[in-house]
Order: sequence, then C-alpha cells, then structure tokens
Amino acid sequence: MSFTEILFYVFSAVLVVSALGVITARNPVYSALWLVFAFFNSAIIWMLLEAEFLAIILILVYVGAVMVLFLFVVMMLDIKVEELRAGFTRYAWLGLPIALLVIGEIGSVVWVKSQDDKALGLSSVASPAAYAADYSNTKALGQLLYTEYLYPLQLAASILLIAIVAAIVLTMRKRSGQKVQDIGAQISVKAKDRVRIVKVAAVQPETGNTVEGQS
Amino acid sequence: MISLHNVLMLSGVLFSLSVAGIFLNRKNVILLLMCIELMLLAVNFNFVAFSRQLGDLHGQIFVFFILTVAAAESAIGLAILVVLFRQRKSINVEQLDTMKG
Amino acid sequence: MENTLLVIVLAPLIAAILAGIFGRFIGRAGAHTVTILGVATACVLSILTLKQLVTGEAQNYYGNLYTWLVSDGVQMNVGFMVDRLTAMMMVVVTFVSLCVHVYTIGYMADDPGYQRFFSYISLFTFSMLMLVMSNNFMQLFFGWEAVGVVSYLLIGFWYTRPTAIFANLKAFLVNRVGDFGFVLGIAAVLYYTGSLDYREVFAAAHHAFAGKTMEIIPGYAWDAITVTCLLLFVGAMGKSAQMPLHVWLPDSMEGPTPISALIHAATMVTAGIFMVARMSPLFEMSETALNTVLIIGSCTAFFMGLLGLVNNDIKRVVAYSTLSQLGYMTVALGVSAYAGAVFHLMTHAFFKALLFLAAGSVIIGMHHEQDMRKMGNLRKYMPITYWTCLIGSLALIGFPGTSGFFSKDALIEAVSESHLPAARFAYYCVLSGVFITAFYSFRLVFMTFHGKERFDTSEAAHAHDSHAVADKHDDHTHGHDDHSHDDHAHDDHGHHGGVPHESPWVVTLPLVLLAIPSLFIGWFTIGPMLFGDYFGSAIVVEESHNVLGELAHEFHGSAGFVEHGITQLPFFLAMGGVFFAWLFYVKLTDVPGKIASAFSPLYKLFENKYFFDDVYFAVFAKGSRNLGQALWKVGDSIFIDGLLVNGSARAVGWFASVIRGIQTGRLYSYAFTMIIGLAVTLGWFVLHWLR
Repeated sequence: MSFTEILFYVFSAVLVVSALGVITARNPVYSALWLVFAFFNSAIIWMLLEAEFLAIILILVYVGAVMVLFLFVVMMLDIKVEELRAGFTRYAWLGLPIALLVIGEIGSVVWVKSQDDKALGLSSVASPAAYAADYSNTKALGQLLYTEYLYPLQLAASILLIAIVAAIVLTMRKRSGQKVQDIGAQISVKAKDRVRIVKVAAVQPETGNTVEGQS
Repeated sequence: MISLHNVLMLSGVLFSLSVAGIFLNRKNVILLLMCIELMLLAVNFNFVAFSRQLGDLHGQIFVFFILTVAAAESAIGLAILVVLFRQRKSINVEQLDTMKG
Repeated sequence: MENTLLVIVLAPLIAAILAGIFGRFIGRAGAHTVTILGVATACVLSILTLKQLVTGEAQNYYGNLYTWLVSDGVQMNVGFMVDRLTAMMMVVVTFVSLCVHVYTIGYMADDPGYQRFFSYISLFTFSMLMLVMSNNFMQLFFGWEAVGVVSYLLIGFWYTRPTAIFANLKAFLVNRVGDFGFVLGIAAVLYYTGSLDYREVFAAAHHAFAGKTMEIIPGYAWDAITVTCLLLFVGAMGKSAQMPLHVWLPDSMEGPTPISALIHAATMVTAGIFMVARMSPLFEMSETALNTVLIIGSCTAFFMGLLGLVNNDIKRVVAYSTLSQLGYMTVALGVSAYAGAVFHLMTHAFFKALLFLAAGSVIIGMHHEQDMRKMGNLRKYMPITYWTCLIGSLALIGFPGTSGFFSKDALIEAVSESHLPAARFAYYCVLSGVFITAFYSFRLVFMTFHGKERFDTSEAAHAHDSHAVADKHDDHTHGHDDHSHDDHAHDDHGHHGGVPHESPWVVTLPLVLLAIPSLFIGWFTIGPMLFGDYFGSAIVVEESHNVLGELAHEFHGSAGFVEHGITQLPFFLAMGGVFFAWLFYVKLTDVPGKIASAFSPLYKLFENKYFFDDVYFAVFAKGSRNLGQALWKVGDSIFIDGLLVNGSARAVGWFASVIRGIQTGRLYSYAFTMIIGLAVTLGWFVLHWLR
C-alpha cells in the first residue's frame, strides 16, 4: 500500500463522514458547512487522481460561489428548523434499503462483474503510470476546451449568463410606492409636453370699452 | 496507485448517501438541493476516475461542463427557493402540494 | 271482370279518402253522399258479379294485378280470386255496409266526428273486400290487419271516453295474439309449399305436407299440417272471437252501434270463419285440427250464450249472442260443413246486423239509454223497430221458415252426422245453445218491447242511479252525449224528457232492408248453397267428412226441410226458450231475481264473464307490466344505466381516485419514485445485461 493509497483511504473516510454529516446535520447551516468540507476532501482526492485543474475549480466554483450562495440563502431565509426536522426518520425504512440496494448494485458491478473481462473489461486496462513531472493538467484541458470544445464552452458561458439573468429576474421585487427616476421617460420627453404657449388677446388699458363681451 | 475500483466504490457510497439524504431530509428543499450537489459530485468522481484510468482528458472536460451546469442549476434553484419562500413563508415540501390531483 | 272487381274495391277506398281527408271541404252531406255512392257502386257491382257467376255468364276469376314484391322466388302479388264463395261474401259485405251507411246518417246525426266515421266505415268496406277477394295469403293478411286497424279506430271512435280507449286497446292486443298465430301459420304454409298463392298452395298441399313433421319442442314431432292449420285457426280465433280470445268482442260495444252491426257482428268477426272455409283444402287434411276447431267452437257457442242470459246492456246481450253464433259457425267448420258455416255466416250477417241496428234504434229512441231494465213496452212507441227486431230475434232462434232456421237446423243436423270424436260433445253444446239463444233473445225482446214502462219520463231521466257494471259505460255515454243529444231532442222531434220515439226513416229503412233477407233468404238459398253445387271447387271436403253430402240425400226442398224441422228437438228447445222468457220477463217478473239469488255463485260467475277478463288482466296485463317494470328496473336502470353506462364512468372515476392517491403533489414523492425507479432499473441492468 503506497502512501497515495493511504492518503486516498483517509480522505475517502473523511469524505464519507462529511457526506453523512450533510444528510444528518440538525441545522441546514451545518449541512452546508459539512458539504463544503466534503468538497474540500473531494478536491484533495481529485488531486490524488491527478485532476488538479478540476480540483481547483471545484473549490473555486463550488466552495467559493455555490456553497456561499447556499449558506447565504439558508441564513437569509427564516427557516423553522424543528418543523422541517419533524418526521426525519419516517421514510428511513424505505430510504436506507434503497441506499443499500444502490450500493449493492454498484458494488456488484464494480467488484463482482468487473472481474469478468467480458463484462466491463476494467481489468484489461492496465493501471496508468503517473504523468511526467512537467505535465500540466490545466494546459492540456485548456487546449482541449479552446479547440475541440469551443462551441460547448460558449454554450456553457451562455447558460451561466441565462442562469444569472434568471436568478435576478426571479428574485427581484418591485415594491409599490417607491420613488425612482424613470430615466427613459426623462430623456424621451418633448418640449411641447412641458411648455404650453397660450395666445392671449392684447387688452387696451382705459379705453372705456369693457372686456366683458369677450369673456 | 489508487485503484479504479476504490474510486468507483467511493462514488457509489457517496451516491447512496445522497439518496438516503433525500429520503431523510425530504421536507427541506435546501437540503434536497445539497443532496443533489452531492450526487453530482459522486458522478464527477466517476468521470475523473475513468478519465485517469483511460488516460483520456475528455472525461475531465465533461466534469467541467457538469460543474458549470450544476452551478447554474444551483443559482436558479436557490432563486426559485427564495421566491417560493416569499410566497409561502415556508420551504416545507410537505406544504407544497398544490399540484395534487 | 277485372275492371269491375277493381271498381268494387276502389270505390269505397276513394270514398273513404274523400270523406276522410277532404271531409272538411265537402261537409257532412258531402261525406255521406260520397261514401254511400261508393259503397252502393260496390254493392251493385258485387250483386252483378254474383249473378254472372251463378248464371254461368262468367267464369271464376283468378289473376294477379300487380306484383308487389319478389323475394327469393316468393311472389307477393295483389290479385283477386273471385269464385262463388267470394262473390257471396262480397255481396254480404257490401249490402250490410250499405245498410249501415244509410243507418249512420240517422245514428250519428249529432256527432262531431261525422265525416271521420263515414271515412272509417268506407275504409273498412275496402279492407274487408280486399280480405275476401284476395288470391294469396299476403293480401289476405293485409286485409286481415286493415280490418283490425279500422276496428281499433272505430271501437275507440269516441276517444275521449276512457272505457272506449281501454276497449280498443284490448281488442287490438287480443287480436295481436291471434294474428301472431296467423302469421306463423302463413309462414308455415310458405315454408312447406314455397308459395303464397291460394291456387298453388292448394294444388301442392297434399304433396307438400304429406308425412312431414315439425319439432317445435325437440323430441315431440308434430304433424306439419296439423300445426299449420292450428296456427291459422289461432288467427281465426282472434278475429272471430273464439274462446279464449273472445274477451275483446263484448268490450268492443264501446264503439258506435253501426259499427257494432257492421264490424263486430256481420262482417269482420266472420273473417275467421271465411278464412277457414277458404282454407278447407288444408283443414281437411288434419283431423286433429278439425277436432280442435270443433271443441273450441262448441265451447264458445255454449258458454258465451250463457253470459247473454244475465246481461242487462242491450248491446252486450246481442254481442254475446254474436259470440255464441260465431261458435256455431266454428262448429260447422269443425265438422267439415264449410258450406253450412258460410251459409250461417250469411244469414247471421243479415239478422245480426238487423238486431244490432234495431238495438241502436232503441238506444236512439231511449235517448242513449242501454240498460234494458230501464226500458219496457217500447212496442207502443217504436213499432217499426219492434217488428224488425222481432224478425231478427225469430231468425236468430231459428223459427221455422226464417233464414236462421235453415242455417242453424242444417248446422245441427250436420253435427249430429259427424263422426269426429268431439262431435258428440259439440252436438249437446249446440243443442243446449238453441234453448239458451231462444231464452236470451226473447228476454231481450220482452224486456225491451213488452211489459211495464220502466223508464222515467221526467227530466231526471238522465240522472241514473246506476249500479251494474254495464251502467258505468252508460254514464260515459251520457257524459259525452248529453248536450248534443238534448239538442237533437229539441230540434228534430220536439220531445222533452225521456219519452221514447220512433227513429227517423234513415234508421228504419235499413232495418226493413235487412229484415227482408233475414226472413226469406234461407228459403231460397239453402238448396243450392248447402246441398247443391253452389260453391263448386271453392270448398273442398274429404269424402269421409262429407256430412252435408249425407244430409243432401234427405233434403227434399225448403218446404220439406221446414216440415222436418218442426218435428225435431231444436224446434221444441227454441220454443221452450221463448216460453220461459215470456214466463220470467212478462208474467212472473220477480222469478229471475229469485233464481239469481238462489244460484248466486253461478250468477256471480256469469256476471264476471267466467273471470276471463280478471285472469287476463291479472296474468297478462299485470304480468307484462311487472315484467316490463322488472326489465326496466333491473335490465335498464340497474344493468344498462347503472352497470354499463354509469358503471363504466364510475369505474373510471374510482380508478382515477385510486391513481390520484399517487399524485400527492409533493416533491419528495416524485423524487422517491424516481430513485426507486432508478434502483429497480439498475437492478434489472445488473441482473440481465451484465450476465
């Protein structure tokens, strides 16, 4: 057992524990923090798997953006935790067997079936050697992304843009009674809307004629 | 070296835990969203592991896009959640049954 | 010949259409002029046809005029077969119809449905002529149903009376039973002979029916010809009101009296007799059928006559007498004396129409009173009616020399000569029937025309204190006719109150016209019709059944027949009946009441008409109502509406409500479902794909 493997097992154990923490924590804030911890662990394991760029991205995007957003929402909303926790184990009788079943199924695929060459053929692929010291995962990914995956990259960018717009549109509130400038209206105003020219007949002072007849 | 089986198994365990999490925290939408993030993480593990095992970077590209989409999804999901809370003063899924037939 | 026949048939039809559809434009006088002209034309031409046939100027006519339908080799034609039997029927029908037409002018004078009535009776004449002149079964059936429809319409002529509606519905329904048998009989004939034409059927009958059997109930083979004849006879039972299908005829007296005379005495009800006589080649082939005919006829003749003894409604007494006489004719058919039956049919048509019209005249004279207990000594007020009614009654009881004497005596003689197993029974029935007939006939005469004046001449005559069943009908009569009748009394005769009066000439003329043949026709026609060769090939009698042939040896002219008749038992029985009627209803008027109370169970039985009506009502009417109700409630409401229509809707609703339980509307339910689905799919993948 190499040092890498020991590290893997350790961090895997921590990851599983933190995942357990996510699903069992009493407070959503703790859950979110457990999830942050799980992401950190995952990033470490990905580094062990020599996917450094993704590991960094995971921390930057997930921990830095998504999880902060989560925490922000959790703290902003006035959530009645007790009410949400009520009946916590009510469907455990269903959920735990299903979870165990899924583990069993995946395990059977990974451990039992994969021993057979014809099934997945995992064992036929030799374990890869570690990359050379000057190998840059980021550079290799960048080369792929900006050549082969250029269009998907643009699509991903627009998806993110749409997500931003959507999130703003969804959450923006228009309160009534607010005093705001309507700049568009200010700019598009015309002179005739503001100034009215009225023609008034000239009046001769003290000529003896009354003006009553005209009024 | 880290064996592929171990990573796959780890990912399976993570996935199952998030499944169990959905069952346990069925009322709390935020936790449901978190569980989904955890599921996506488990999936990403698979991609990363296979990418390394097969020496093929395309798997990592996939993870990259999944992360992008997941971020967008979280953003919109949380926005919806905020709107929902504003409307119902609650994020309890139990009370969100207006779609009941 | 063909054109003459067409005119005979179409003249009444055209008259009926004119009076019926254009009755409003041609008015009352126009309506009766048109119809009487039509029927008179038919009558004159019928007499001419008969004369030509008798004198041999013309041969029997047989021809198809129009092919209505050809289906699978079966032709359905409109055609005529006119031999002497038909010609005689035509004359009887048109002559009685003509008399009734004339009579109706007086009888229906105040009725608002005047034109309608004339249209109906002309239509009836047309239908009846189609029936008797037909040369095939299809047209026979057409005429058969057409007269049934007109009969239905006329019984319910006063359609505002509930009793009339009940009576016409009853007549219609009871006739359905008979007609069902008749249709089956025709179907059987078609099945075995492959034709509907009389000539072809009769020619093929011997060969076609020989040795054939049919199994209606599996395991019981019946002689095909017997079944066919019995089915045809069921039709005759319905139309000719034989027991047990007789119940409609007494009730049909709800209709106006002229149609009682025309349809329910003289012509339509004898259609069954005519039909059986026409089918004599078929009936001769089955002794079983003849025996059945004989038994049913004798039962009708005897038991229906008994009912005439207790009735107090003048029209109903005559109606039961008609039933009884129809029984006599059927007996004659049963003993194969078809000629005797048709002969009696003819004489009966005259004297029974006469009796009915006389009864109608009495009813007019008594201001629509039909209860004989409220009459008496009308002889003084209505002499013509009295004498004609007396002639009719004498003919009915068979007084020597009258037409009824010849037909009835010959008929009884024929029964005594028959060798059929049931002939003995029939003989006693018809013999006792003679006494009964005489008794009730003269009971009618004595109660109506003799004795004390029992009617109330005051204005209150119309307010009856009725109690008998028959009187209920009278009340309806009054409810309908009171005002119109009073007008009649004021305007035409100046009478006030209930004093009887002789009827106008249009009423008495037909009485006289009918009285003449009632008296004399027997004397002249018995020789050729019964014992001569008048009918020729129209009636076929097997040698072994030929009772009339045997009688012919002893026949030496009409005078000899009368001489022989007055020494025989029937004559003494008839005289005895008259004597007892005189004794009970003129001399000792309190005796009938005592007898009635002494034999009260029997009297009850008679008064309730052997409970036929009650049984039919309880079993068939109630039964079918209950069956209908049950089918409606169980079949329709529960099964179709409840189970099939609403049930399927409810099943869908129930299923949806169950399925809706799955649709909780909660997010986690859907999430759970997805996850469980994922787990299952994964399991399936693991188990099957990664093998």
